[in-house]
Amino acid sequence: MYRYDEFDHEFVTARVAQFRDQVGRRVSGELTEDQFKPLRLMNGVYLQLHAYMLRVAVPYGTLNSEQMRMLAHVARKYDRGYGHFTTRQNIQYNWPKLSEIPDALAELASVEMHAIQTSGNCIRNVTADHFAGAAEDEVADPRPYAEILRQWSSLHPEFVFLPRKFKVAVTGAERDRAAIQVHDIGLHLKKDAEGRLGFAVYIGGGQGRTPMVAKKIRDFLPEEDLLSYSEAILRVYNLNGRRDNKYKARIKILVHETGADEIARQVEEEWERIRHGALKLPQGEVERIREYFAAPDTLTALPPSPVLAIERARDPEFDAWVERNTHPHRIPGHVSVTISLKPIGGTPGDATADQMDVVADLAKRLAFDEIRVSHEQNLILPHVAKRDLKAIYDELVVAGLATANAGLVTDIIACPGLDYCALANARSIPVAQRISQRFGDMARQRDIGDLKIKISGCINACGHHHVGHIGILGVEKKGEEFYQISLGGSGDEHSSIGEIIGRGFSTEEIVDAIETVVDTYIAKRESHDETFLAAYRRLGQAPFKEALYGQA
Amino acid sequence: MTDKLITANHLGDGLVVFLTAEGGWSYKLADARVISDAELEPALALAKAQHEAGIVVDPYEIEATVVEGIPVPVRLRERIRAAGGPTVTYGEAEIAERAATLKHAG
Repeated sequence: MYRYDEFDHEFVTARVAQFRDQVGRRVSGELTEDQFKPLRLMNGVYLQLHAYMLRVAVPYGTLNSEQMRMLAHVARKYDRGYGHFTTRQNIQYNWPKLSEIPDALAELASVEMHAIQTSGNCIRNVTADHFAGAAEDEVADPRPYAEILRQWSSLHPEFVFLPRKFKVAVTGAERDRAAIQVHDIGLHLKKDAEGRLGFAVYIGGGQGRTPMVAKKIRDFLPEEDLLSYSEAILRVYNLNGRRDNKYKARIKILVHETGADEIARQVEEEWERIRHGALKLPQGEVERIREYFAAPDTLTALPPSPVLAIERARDPEFDAWVERNTHPHRIPGHVSVTISLKPIGGTPGDATADQMDVVADLAKRLAFDEIRVSHEQNLILPHVAKRDLKAIYDELVVAGLATANAGLVTDIIACPGLDYCALANARSIPVAQRISQRFGDMARQRDIGDLKIKISGCINACGHHHVGHIGILGVEKKGEEFYQISLGGSGDEHSSIGEIIGRGFSTEEIVDAIETVVDTYIAKRESHDETFLAAYRRLGQAPFKEALYGQA
Repeated sequence: MTDKLITANHLGDGLVVFLTAEGGWSYKLADARVISDAELEPALALAKAQHEAGIVVDPYEIEATVVEGIPVPVRLRERIRAAGGPTVTYGEAEIAERAATLKHAG
């Protein structure tokens, strides 16, 4: 795993000291809220509906057990014993006191964690495939490049005050598990015909009030040019992105209004000027950083073992969990495990401090000390020997973390919504909980198959509703919560923005409406193998519209 | 004419507070001063001064109706804020609640 170098240490420690001073001056009245707000946002501190909220970065979603234990400790000592894992692979604490946040940050810094680049109009934490470094279908681990981008972007003087926030995601597999096409920059790590590493570069994707699928502006960018090309993109954006209107300030609007071809031309032109300069990545440096992410030496191929098959045959619930919650690993005899933070009827993405400790302990003992946070708000043990699966499962069951629903209808993404968020118009969590309960029966979920429901409590789309196979957007209408359904969205390598199906539904109606959509799919699918998304793409809106609203 | 309350977040802990009749702030909705339209301007001025003084953050007025002597905010958003926490249980309480439900169902 990446370890801080001396510079990182100094940088983070200095930032904590600065923020401690700023908080002190705010509390003493020396700084006004207007002066303090941008400073706290640079350190991940928001003022939400009920209290301050601290968002801690988990760069590219990678953690070790010591760091997870610290997250649990912070939850206990500075919060109310739990945290919320987010769609950007970070964690949020909902109740910290302002005066105690510098202490929390100092403790986090002791395990190389911080809240930098989790907020504000900067280049945000880079996200990556949660199976990075483990997945069987991966060309190469995308995280070294995410880390290189982090080093380049942290406090980059030219890009501290961008027109708006800027999000980068990287995947190293054809199968996109990082939703790169709905990011400001999406990077698809791949090999060319000669076997050299490089990237397909996408720009201008995003969700929010104007959802856009990114445009591919380059099919293959050599690895060594990653930073110079990124800098060229940021320069074009920084110069031409709109600053007059917050809602039109993201790069997606610039790409849309200018045209992808013209933006690509400008980027290439700028890149030509700088590509042979200081930003060219030295191969030695790439190798050095790649070393940090190398799999542990002890992670070696294991011969096939009959034990797992016997254990699966003996315990149908374990069998179902292995079927849904494990992912093929590149090293024989291993898998990646998804630890569901979506218990039936629970709050999506929440984990208690005790649960975090259980995950840390399992990672340390049985999973090569590695943990990931997925953008789908689950936790991942990327490296697990198949022979250890039952032991891990048994402990997860006790901790309430063994729901066998990865990728199923109850594996719902939901933003905090009006229960926590100052921007929200409607609640997300109770809707997610009721849908989860309605479809709670495991046999029914498995029969429905792969289905991603994503819920946002406002148009900012933190719950990714635009790319949900079924998306739900909460709105306020005449003082009441209403929920708009969109269908056919997807955040994978064939990304699409969901289409609104018709008028919205009340709180009382929404769960029935979702069930109607699902039942319509079941009735119309060609076979059990045709997923909801495939069926929707074949059928279009009509049968769903008719089922929801009757004949036109 | 509608009744108004003035609410803000406490600077130190960030929690939701309401302006009281005494000119201070309380975490309890029941302590909130119910303000008529005519009284609103000076009350807001007082709240703004408390913002400037670094006691609370971003005060603003909300509509409320008085039910059995207790002011109840009109908007759902403000009712959730006034409750001091989300409408769902969280943390260990959520785990306990789910365990109880499962036991009950079983």
